[in-house]
Amino acid sequence: MTGLTHLTMAAALDGLAKKDFTAVELTEAHVKAVETIRPLNAFITETPEQALAMAKASDARRAKGEAGPMEGLPIAVKDLFCTKGVPTTAASHILDGFKPEYESTVTSNLWRDGAVMLGKVNLDEFAMGSANITSYHGNVVSPWSPGEVGNWSRQLVPGGSSGGSAAAVAARAALGATGTDTGGSIRQPAAFTGIVGIKPTYGRCSRWGVVAFASSLDQAGPMTRTVEDAAIMLRSMCGFDPKDSTSVDMAVPDFRAALTGDIRGLKVGIPKEYRVEGMPAEIAAIWDQGIAWLKEAGAEPVEISLPHTKYALATYYIVAPAEASSNLARYDGLRYGLRVEGASLKDMYENTRGAGFGKEVRRRILIGTYVLSAGYYDAYYNKARQVRTRIKWDFDEAFKQCDVILTPTAPSTAFAIGEKMDDPIQMYLNDVFTVPASLAGLPGMSVPAGVGSDGLPLGLQLLGRPFDEETVLRVGQVIEKAAAVTATPPFMA
Amino acid sequence: MSLDKATVAKIAHLARIKVPDDELDHLAGELSQILTFVEQLGEVNTQDVPPMTSVAAQTLRRRKDEVTDGGYRDAVLSNGPETAEGFYVVPKVVE
Repeated sequence: MTGLTHLTMAAALDGLAKKDFTAVELTEAHVKAVETIRPLNAFITETPEQALAMAKASDARRAKGEAGPMEGLPIAVKDLFCTKGVPTTAASHILDGFKPEYESTVTSNLWRDGAVMLGKVNLDEFAMGSANITSYHGNVVSPWSPGEVGNWSRQLVPGGSSGGSAAAVAARAALGATGTDTGGSIRQPAAFTGIVGIKPTYGRCSRWGVVAFASSLDQAGPMTRTVEDAAIMLRSMCGFDPKDSTSVDMAVPDFRAALTGDIRGLKVGIPKEYRVEGMPAEIAAIWDQGIAWLKEAGAEPVEISLPHTKYALATYYIVAPAEASSNLARYDGLRYGLRVEGASLKDMYENTRGAGFGKEVRRRILIGTYVLSAGYYDAYYNKARQVRTRIKWDFDEAFKQCDVILTPTAPSTAFAIGEKMDDPIQMYLNDVFTVPASLAGLPGMSVPAGVGSDGLPLGLQLLGRPFDEETVLRVGQVIEKAAAVTATPPFMA
Repeated sequence: MSLDKATVAKIAHLARIKVPDDELDHLAGELSQILTFVEQLGEVNTQDVPPMTSVAAQTLRRRKDEVTDGGYRDAVLSNGPETAEGFYVVPKVVE
């Protein structure tokens, strides 16, 4: 029953409710699909036995009339979420052999609601990257890569850092996947692979049990093939958690109910600063097309200004490494993961961390250590935090004039492995449209809007007011329906 | 801003990361490039702008000072690369 892996979550829930198929059948089809897409290197750890056991338990719950909101839906989990008894690597050598003794809050919420775990998916090491090329467990290949499977004529990146999540969902090996987003790590890979990805407002999803990168920015979110599926999965992932000091104690709305399609009278902000110099014509064109679709649906586009946009990347590349250097201090070779012996305790630390961290992670820890060091703290770190405040104020002002903001998600379609690799700054520019909302803690979503001249997916990004994911989802679905993208990856399970 | 090899070696030491000598020059180049990029923030007027401490408009919650969980010694130690008798084992730190 391969057709089962091409269903949306909403359709799978209907099929399960009508007894067209069981959770075990749905899961078996996906377990097979996970094997089929192995050439993409999307999974670090496959958990087929656990998946089937969870599916069996799910069918039993459904038979008793206790079906949860995601009952029986097979999903993939980014290998940044701690999963009890299942290796959790953060795609780093330094976490070799680590098996958490606890379950992250977000994944606990998903299992509580009936979801089934297919395995742990690949990512950039510690979620640091925009192409999924920094993983200790190897690059992930996009299912959109042209040519013969395994012998591609151009090996495209799936984006990053949630590249395994994006590849697994786009290739129809999972109905959805968890992602995390620090500067665009859900939205950019979603755009590159033609799927939907939403980063909710900072504080919506608990960070407890998620391997930390930059704590003031990290947020979990769902990656799915439709906006409706994103609404279903987001609802299960969110919720107040006393174990995360920045978790927000607010009721979680029924996001699916917000998908009314009615956006009449809504003001859609178009930030003029996002028309960056050298923007490819097709990116500008899809953005204009998005504006036209929303106008046709009765919304009113308004030009807005976010004057500090051009400083967002520089701010991010101080704040995120600073927090990372502090968060990653915990990898000391003593308590978990890799240990490389040395003559003294200090040597053991240095040897372990020297061998355990990859080049991009090392680069960011060193930058972070530098900007936090005596004499530079004010000039770099404090300055960046002040600019971050101004970026947030820009959005506060903008949302006095509009209800939602529309921008492109990424400055290009997916590039090939090997491109943009010599210059770290070039790679960082991938996140130019996603980083500002991360710094301001706002909800942001990427929706498939079309394909470029190279036949690869293009995404549009919607940004909302804090805790107004509902408007973001509602407008996103209007774009999804207007765009009606039919292109699918050449390689699917 | 340009970092020299000695500064990179010093930062690496502060970060407790062993960096082979032959990689210091290249790394100094990369880090200098990033620092030069972020220096554009100097253009922004931040006079009287408070540095952001929390993006969510909320103060940290308080809770009662009481034990609510715990007793996981063996679970906590189970991932340790080297443990003995309920402790982590580390290289000798006192002479």
